[in-house]
Amino acid sequence: MTTTASRPVAVRWVKKNLFSTPLNVFLTVVLGAAIVYLAYLVIRFLVTSNFEILRVNLALFMVGSFPRAQLWRVVVALLLLAIMAGLAGGMLKAAARERSKDAGIRLAEVRGSRAVGSWLRRFWPLGLLVIAALALTRTLTPTLVAIAVVGLLVASRWLGAHLGPIPRRVGWIVVVLLPLAAYWILSASGLGWDDWGGFMLNIFLTIAGILFAFPIGVALALGRRSTLPVVRAFSIGYIELIRGVPLITLLLMAVFALGFFLPRDLRPGSVTRVLIVITAFEAAYIAEVVRGGLQSVPRGQSEAAQSLGLPALKITRLIVLPQALRATIPAMVGQFISLFKDTTLVAIVGLGDILAASSFANAQPAFNAQGLARITLPFVALAFWAGSFAMSREAGRLERRLGIGER
Amino acid sequence: MIPSARVPFWRDQRVLRVAAQVVAALAVFFLLYVLWFNVTNNMRARGVRTDFNFLDQPFGVRIAGSDLRPTAPVRLALLNGIRNTFALAIVGLPLLTILGVLVGVGRLSTNWLVAKISSAYVEILRNLPPLLVVIFAFQAVILRLPAARNPITPFGWFVISNLEFHVPGFRAGDNYRPFMLVVLVAVLLGALLWWWRTRVHERTGTPHHRWLWSLGTIALVGTMAYLILGRPLTITLPQLEGRVVDGGYRGLGAFFAVVGALAFYTSSHVAEIVRGSILAVPKGQTEAASALALSGFQRLRFVVLPQAMRIALPPIINQYLNYVKNTSLAIAVGFAEVTLVAFQAIGNGQPAPQVVVLLMGSYLVFSLVISLLVNLYNRHLRIVAR
Repeated sequence: MTTTASRPVAVRWVKKNLFSTPLNVFLTVVLGAAIVYLAYLVIRFLVTSNFEILRVNLALFMVGSFPRAQLWRVVVALLLLAIMAGLAGGMLKAAARERSKDAGIRLAEVRGSRAVGSWLRRFWPLGLLVIAALALTRTLTPTLVAIAVVGLLVASRWLGAHLGPIPRRVGWIVVVLLPLAAYWILSASGLGWDDWGGFMLNIFLTIAGILFAFPIGVALALGRRSTLPVVRAFSIGYIELIRGVPLITLLLMAVFALGFFLPRDLRPGSVTRVLIVITAFEAAYIAEVVRGGLQSVPRGQSEAAQSLGLPALKITRLIVLPQALRATIPAMVGQFISLFKDTTLVAIVGLGDILAASSFANAQPAFNAQGLARITLPFVALAFWAGSFAMSREAGRLERRLGIGER
Repeated sequence: MIPSARVPFWRDQRVLRVAAQVVAALAVFFLLYVLWFNVTNNMRARGVRTDFNFLDQPFGVRIAGSDLRPTAPVRLALLNGIRNTFALAIVGLPLLTILGVLVGVGRLSTNWLVAKISSAYVEILRNLPPLLVVIFAFQAVILRLPAARNPITPFGWFVISNLEFHVPGFRAGDNYRPFMLVVLVAVLLGALLWWWRTRVHERTGTPHHRWLWSLGTIALVGTMAYLILGRPLTITLPQLEGRVVDGGYRGLGAFFAVVGALAFYTSSHVAEIVRGSILAVPKGQTEAASALALSGFQRLRFVVLPQAMRIALPPIINQYLNYVKNTSLAIAVGFAEVTLVAFQAIGNGQPAPQVVVLLMGSYLVFSLVISLLVNLYNRHLRIVAR
């Protein structure tokens, strides 16, 4: 019964959306054939390829040459970071709920299976990556770790959402301390970040680069809008200089020439050098993002603060920056994604990130000269695509939530 | 008694402003001095030369795809690299523009399949690292083509192997230079006619037919010159003779890997700009155009696109700049653009600080010139806008 009732609707839909004009008929037929062929190629690739190279080298792709006996440190760090993320998310949610209660608005709560559905819709790319990676493992341990990570995420999120206002302060301190603890655990065996590699290195460089570059970027953005000509000139000069050159030239500088610029007894490791350069590079881009945010704050705000007699520093710190930084969140996520993708460049200057792991694996005697890049590179691509796509969708969601561009 | 009207100098705005700037300038100059001091000292201590005389020393490596000998000076090798960067830009920029506009308009298509495929194209490509796309294009596509011993020849127009691509090209005949001169004059004449017909149209309202006038003139003059000067320019197809390919233009496989990968990658960003700009034109504009009984094409051509162009052009130029900066990724597949040449020069013992400064300088000059042009264009638009 339902089919006969819905058939006219379906036919109408197909007619309207696929075959409305001769041009559309042509496009639908040609592109439809192309899509079917592409799907056939992808399925044939997945079914007939031998993924042994990934199975053998999964640890190389994920953590580089991190000692295999010390892998438990990575696991513990992951679990700590999961608690941190869950706790922070839950507490943010609790704070938002209280604010809206104060304002007399009821937030729509999504619960039960619909909540799971919405989480799947938001994070399916990451789930796909995790499942693909787990499918390549040969022991049960990684799966158990993944389950533990997800379990801790959910549990700590629940805990964070149910903390009262005063325990929440303690919670935020814990959130700040947990990543430090994770770093301490990773490096306690004498393995500083100069020994890290694989996907772990890409993620570390992204997060550390943004964190270190953020204060410098804010200072540069304020400098660029300063009324002091000398400060403004230096800020503009730095920003345009950095933005005018490709990151790879700066990385070449880091590897070959940075040693010349430092005092002779200072010999940083290669990851540290690269991190210095990434910070310097990213600061210029963050400065431009923050400048966009500063421009979005109406002049009336600082004028009103002036008329209240606030000194210039306080106007910037209490009135302008909070509004400006809130407006930059989506663009900042965009910058984060862009740096995440750019961290692959460190493979060119000899660091062992996930892209370098792909070429190491292809140079192993068992897999040498078989053209297996067609298997390792799509795996690397999936890792970056899942992370970037999930983040960019979250940025879009945040943008809609904050109502940026609508006021 | 009224306290002194003078503000103490440490709270005087004018004094503070000057003091802050002096402090900032001193801090920056001190930092630069420390860096300079370190560089000169370190280089002297390690016996590295601090001048630019290395530019005249032999480069030491043969550059694939060029006629330069290893004994050619570093200067010429770097210039060759800059030329290769330009080649990447000249081939890639039109390609990525066409792709980007097609996909961007495709996302707004009323055809469901076209819109979905365009969305997938954008969402997949722009979330991948460009370096990964370049390496994939080279290792998983170009290198898997047949070896140079037995290349494939599609349509007889191309000769393709995993080393080199040969495409149809032009060959200059006897009267090549006079012919190009005539063509140049014809193009200038065409532009002049365009301008004149536009003026006539604006003054009197008679149809301008400016395409017909200008292109017609160019085609007419060009054809006549071509016939009179006796085939000054011929098209040649690459011919496979044994192992040697004769005629046509040739390019390294790595070149096409870089151009293709980066054009695909950048076009996904351009597509988003195009889509956003078309959506940013207020709906009232389209409705007003419909009220004037303009056809669908006229609405797009005369009302929507001119306004969308104005919004889209600055960010698209920004993407062009990104493309040019990304051509430096060719270093990963061994195409000798300027970054790879600089890298090889350092590897052959030329002083790294100077080489890197030259490298950054060449990108910087290019970027600054482009952003200057964009700023001028923006100012021009601001005057036009009300």
